[in-house]
Amino acid sequence: MDLAALKTQLKNFVQSMFEEGVLDNQFSQIQALQDSTNPNFVEEVITLFCNDAERIINEINRNLGYQNVDFSNLDSYVHQLKGSSSSIGANRLKLACANLRQASDERNKEGCLQAVQLITCEYCLLRRKFQALLHRGVLLSLRPTKNE
Amino acid sequence: MGMAIDRDDTQFHVLAVDDSLIDRKLIERLLKTSSFQVTAVDSGSKALEFLGLNNNDADDDEEDEQRDSNTESVSSDEDQDHQDLGLGVNLIITDYCMPGMTGYDLLKKIKKSSSFKDIPVVIMSSENIPSRISRCLEDGAEEFLLKPVQLSDVNKLRPHLVKGRSKDIDSSHKTTSTRLITSGN
Repeated sequence: MDLAALKTQLKNFVQSMFEEGVLDNQFSQIQALQDSTNPNFVEEVITLFCNDAERIINEINRNLGYQNVDFSNLDSYVHQLKGSSSSIGANRLKLACANLRQASDERNKEGCLQAVQLITCEYCLLRRKFQALLHRGVLLSLRPTKNE
Repeated sequence: MGMAIDRDDTQFHVLAVDDSLIDRKLIERLLKTSSFQVTAVDSGSKALEFLGLNNNDADDDEEDEQRDSNTESVSSDEDQDHQDLGLGVNLIITDYCMPGMTGYDLLKKIKKSSSFKDIPVVIMSSENIPSRISRCLEDGAEEFLLKPVQLSDVNKLRPHLVKGRSKDIDSSHKTTSTRLITSGN
């Protein structure tokens, strides 16, 4: 596949993520911050985000494993995850966090458990897509361009 | 006759404070894209440390006497000493919600400091809470930005920095002649 076709494929893939609501405009802002002085910016942000999100989801699950859930601790984690999701433009994940926030506010453990399942689903979907994105991006960066 | 001022006049130095790794990375990139020099720290206490302010003292006059005397400046102007050691910070941008010291707490401490009260402080938050916003603005924040912060938001910061810089230049002119004569450079 030639370079132009690869670029189009990449662009279409990102576009589909927007259309599905998986990503929102904030992700475009992040893409816009990548340039020749920071050629790996998007990849770096995605990597930071995924590591952070996994850490937080694990902590949330751990918290919910206790008989007496520390809801204020949970609040803090949800806030962090919602913030990170918002910062990277992970729209559906951000919305899933709102569910957990509400259940946590209501001190509803069962509701929290359900909300976490949704968050985990959304996160896994997002991570798969990000991996596919980065894979294509890597393919692009490996090909020599005429301008180099 | 033009007076040489030590720091680089063409670049403004912003101190960014945020406990979120991703947000720190983003704000740093946004600021650098706008040609600001950036120092990013992950807490209010690290920010105070960077400025040379003790965490516990809102008023830092006692700190000046204990100040390391390596600085070449013979100026008796305390503000100028702190400017040198605070590494010329022209603006502080901080997240509101942080564990330990919040951005609001940091704002209050900066405004209580004789050396740093004139540094413009901008607060960022992911939550749009009107009472929070007005409290920050009333207590001295220049701007309150909603996250995620955009490049257009960062562009709004420049006028605040220019205003701060001209205050800087006014106070430094009083001491510059002394420094030129006696400094070993």
